[in-house]
Amino acid sequence: MLKIKQYVKAESLEQAYELNQKKTNRIIGGMLWLKMSTAQIQTAIDLSGLGLDQIEETEDAWKIGCMVSLRDLELHEGLNELSCNMVRESVRSIVGVQFRNLATIGGSIFGRFGFSDVLTCFLALDTEVELYKGGIISLEEFAKMERDNDILVRVIVKKTPGKGSYQSHRNTKTDFPVLAVAADRYGDELKVAVGARPMKAVCLHIPAEQLDACTDLKKFAKELATQVPMGSNMRGSAAYRTHLAEVLIRRALEKITDGGEKNAD
Amino acid sequence: MQISLTLNGKKITEEIADDLLLIDFVRNHGCYSVKRGCETSNCGLCTVFLDEKPVLSCSVLAARADGHKVDTLEGLQEEAEEFGSFIAGQGAEQCGFCNPGMIMNAIALFRENPDPSDDEIREYLAGNLCRCSGYEGQLRGIHDFLEYKRKGGAR
Amino acid sequence: MKAVGVPFVKKDAMALVTGKPVYTNDLAPKECLIVKLLRSPHANAMIREIKTDVAMRVPGIEAIYTWKDVPQHRFTTAGQTWPEPSPYDRLILDQHVRFVGDPVAIIAGENEACVERAMKMIKVKYEVLPAVLDPEEALDGPVLVHPEDSWKALCPVGADNKRNLCAQAEDGNGDVEKVLAECDVVVEHTYHVRAAQQAMMETFQTVCFMDMYGRLNVMSSTQIVYHVRRIVSNALGIPKSKIRAFKPRIGGGFGAKQSAVCEVYPAFVTWKTGKPSKIVFTREESQIASSPRHDMAVTVRMGADKEGNIRAIDLYTLSNTGAYGEHGPTTVGLSGHKAIPLYGSAEAYRFRYDVVYTNRMSAGAYRGYGATQGIFAVETSVNELAEKLGMDPMEIRMKNMVKEGQFMPAYYGETANSCALDKCLARVKEMSGWDEKYPRKVMPDGKIRSVGVALAMQGSCISNVDVGSATIKLGEDGVYNMSIAAADMGTGCDTILAQMAAECLDCDLDDIAVSGADTDTSPYDSGSYASSTTYVTGMAVTRASEELKKRIVRQAAKMLKCEVDEVDFDGHIARSDKTGEEVTLAAIGAGAMCGSDIALQVTESHSSPVSPPPYMAGAVEIELDPETGHVEILDYYAVVDCGTVINPNLARVQAEGGIVQGIGMTLYENIQYTEKGQLLNNSFMQYKIPTRMDMGNLHVEFESSYEPTGPFGAKSIGEIVINTPAPALTHAIANATGLWFRELPITSEQIAMGIMENEN
Repeated sequence: MLKIKQYVKAESLEQAYELNQKKTNRIIGGMLWLKMSTAQIQTAIDLSGLGLDQIEETEDAWKIGCMVSLRDLELHEGLNELSCNMVRESVRSIVGVQFRNLATIGGSIFGRFGFSDVLTCFLALDTEVELYKGGIISLEEFAKMERDNDILVRVIVKKTPGKGSYQSHRNTKTDFPVLAVAADRYGDELKVAVGARPMKAVCLHIPAEQLDACTDLKKFAKELATQVPMGSNMRGSAAYRTHLAEVLIRRALEKITDGGEKNAD
Repeated sequence: MQISLTLNGKKITEEIADDLLLIDFVRNHGCYSVKRGCETSNCGLCTVFLDEKPVLSCSVLAARADGHKVDTLEGLQEEAEEFGSFIAGQGAEQCGFCNPGMIMNAIALFRENPDPSDDEIREYLAGNLCRCSGYEGQLRGIHDFLEYKRKGGAR
Repeated sequence: MKAVGVPFVKKDAMALVTGKPVYTNDLAPKECLIVKLLRSPHANAMIREIKTDVAMRVPGIEAIYTWKDVPQHRFTTAGQTWPEPSPYDRLILDQHVRFVGDPVAIIAGENEACVERAMKMIKVKYEVLPAVLDPEEALDGPVLVHPEDSWKALCPVGADNKRNLCAQAEDGNGDVEKVLAECDVVVEHTYHVRAAQQAMMETFQTVCFMDMYGRLNVMSSTQIVYHVRRIVSNALGIPKSKIRAFKPRIGGGFGAKQSAVCEVYPAFVTWKTGKPSKIVFTREESQIASSPRHDMAVTVRMGADKEGNIRAIDLYTLSNTGAYGEHGPTTVGLSGHKAIPLYGSAEAYRFRYDVVYTNRMSAGAYRGYGATQGIFAVETSVNELAEKLGMDPMEIRMKNMVKEGQFMPAYYGETANSCALDKCLARVKEMSGWDEKYPRKVMPDGKIRSVGVALAMQGSCISNVDVGSATIKLGEDGVYNMSIAAADMGTGCDTILAQMAAECLDCDLDDIAVSGADTDTSPYDSGSYASSTTYVTGMAVTRASEELKKRIVRQAAKMLKCEVDEVDFDGHIARSDKTGEEVTLAAIGAGAMCGSDIALQVTESHSSPVSPPPYMAGAVEIELDPETGHVEILDYYAVVDCGTVINPNLARVQAEGGIVQGIGMTLYENIQYTEKGQLLNNSFMQYKIPTRMDMGNLHVEFESSYEPTGPFGAKSIGEIVINTPAPALTHAIANATGLWFRELPITSEQIAMGIMENEN
């Protein structure tokens, strides 16, 4: 059972940051993953009093506070319009509404979990993260970083017009994905993020012209799929994942080249 | 630490352990409808409303409910009876253990979306597991309830 | 009929839907000791040293018990009629731990936190032994799960602990080898079903306390109060008269709670300390150390002539009972005896089995109880045979399946006195649109729609063994109390049995209050298992009702001063034919309480020499994605012959619930062990039971036969309903892909990789 000696509702990010420098202290997000651990936490730092549960719109981006719930993401019109519903697609299969009302984007992204749908989706979008001390860096860079004691304050999704699709395969409808693929074409780039490999999601960058010139999406997808290292776990073997990657990447690209229609399946 | 919250309309101020979970807090206050079915936030049996939103009380620190409003089925007895009678009308309550959580979440669904489609019902309640009923009878009960509501609450 | 056949709402329904505190943990005394178990991390080990002194010093700890503290006579936790066929192979705590999760120590303390702290401070030195995890390697293998001499089998089931053998037998009819040799077509395959979990929403839980008479009270979430009393008595070495076992509402059982999985631990604590105690299993404990389905590999050889007449069935089952033998010798029997008789016209059959011990979690009773495994094998064999013969799988069944009046040599030599299986299948064929859909249709998006079919049977009790009883008494306001020890675990038997009593007594359902199950106050009942409650306890109810009616008439005659045969009783009023004088039921009830020597209370017991099978046909339509291997269930069609349907709503929900459990074990619920014998599917995160998005649309109907030996013509429904999904889905997947998957669960990975392999 998780043990927490002291609970502190942070009054400022600075206070939270200072508390978080101690190894035995932890920032709590939605607590869904943390709750299952047997960790002994000295001080649990709660950011829920800092107004970070808002999605703010600026001229060129959506700024998503780290305490925004997955359910809020699912229902957010602006984000889903921008992402061709990729955001909704990426979270709607996560356990259930009651779970998604608790789980936060900050917890999902900061944890950099292998199974994360959320990380996979936002990796493909034009996304940055705002760290309290580390400033603003790309999500992709953040995903590669080791866990540290900084605080993820916001996730910033740039309003870069693009076409995207989120695809996943699950053994049951609300299970972790066996494999997740987010593909997004914006600017002169096609980004393909592959998650639940089962390791942490990675992102491929392909010049968009290659997609435009492609006459055989199946072959194109296969080449991309073979670039992604896969592993085996309870939910599937590496070989199956490579196969799924090919299928799901192709399906995502079909959606994109088909005009980026809203995800139908 | 000390927390103050409103549980089923009643203001409670209490000294609690910092790591007390909301499910244990509400059960300690006699809200036995709130059940524990797993340790992994998968079953939905412990669903309560936190500021009107359905959440898994097994995954929330009671400390986090400080200053907020918590509702369990004990505080929604009229709605539980009204809707629950349609589940019972199909015999779909079966062992009953999952019912309070499912009924809480169904009430949340109806408040959000008073006329849901079957797909919307299934998706909204997907986080409420039931091992007895096979879900089909629950769906029939929900249909009957929605029909009754459409008729303005007449059977 | 006024009460039988009516879809009454369950008597406890409103309490359940409004969340009233009616389950074991809701009713526990506030100051209960919390009981938890330290469990073995090893699959096979001897405890060489165990130190509890430091742990005992944790504030709040009341007691810690190890193998040195418990009685040394073995018992079984299987809830079965004495003498139990299951071997006596357990101790409350044993120096020899036999699976990952086997209890090592019992810790009792005033709260969960101190108990958990103390658990971490117990120091155990294990001598880790090689383990046998593969049932194929168990029989006569080098590793013995039960080498001890104190191991004991009460019944001659062919057990030998020095061979890892929990049971072994063979029976048959005719010369199987000879007939098979003559057959034009023979199929032979092995079908494997894993140890799926019942996964009822309420985990195992028990509360114990001492009463004012110094007796141990065991309040438990159990299907078997009387067996619990005996098991606790055996385990603790105390007389049964010192024990009271009872149940409140139960949060689901499905057979899991036909074993006393958790009762003995708090019982021991309370007996030793005199203090109330409770144990509430975590979901993880319920997954790793409980009583799941027996892992069985069923090999079928089935032969037919060119016309598709099934001539011989040879079936061999290797059943893995795990570390202990609960229900091991009995579940295996059903894998043959409740599968082979579906094809009663076969000239010869043979059924052989071995049940072996391994260092895995002990199995137990799970809905279907071996029949599920056998039917998966036999029904898939029939589908494979039909394919080989180029016959429609509906046609081969119509030709060969058991029909009413048929003698069933493989079914304990019973005759099918009530059987509407032909009607069930015909109706399923029609409902499912079989002729248009069979075998497959490729959709424009490349997905494949296909159908599959299967039949099933089960029993309605354990013949000549199960006992059901009911006590009914009349109260002074003209209403009845009915006391039973069958266990309503959500199934609604309290209501169903009351419907039967109301039918007999010509009264309203509300005029019958039901209570139970309680060993102090309920008449003896073996418990709710083997699909027996409606069929066996139901007969006891009707007999008790009829007898009580006679006594009511006697009391009325006395009050009306006339002869018994002059009394006309309509359920509410008794009237003298001679004088026209009347007396109300309430007055009769009151009359019996004043100067009367007529007890208006009757107890009747019933046991049946036969176990008439219910029958069922199921068909499924799926949409299979050949690229990902995903199987989407579109519609499931099922028609059941459970004899007379006592409560149509409750029968239908039984069928629907069973079908979804069957779907779960076929497609999603995996059992994966590490090389060291640790179960990975130890939570609802890793053991995926179907959600409401994973099961398609269910369509259930009934085709009732009339069973002459059952109450109002009824047979059973509880178990049979889980049996068709595995073979029907396997069939549909084969029809979509051309591939036969003979091991459950059939995952999307197996399907997709199988298709790829096939293409290359």
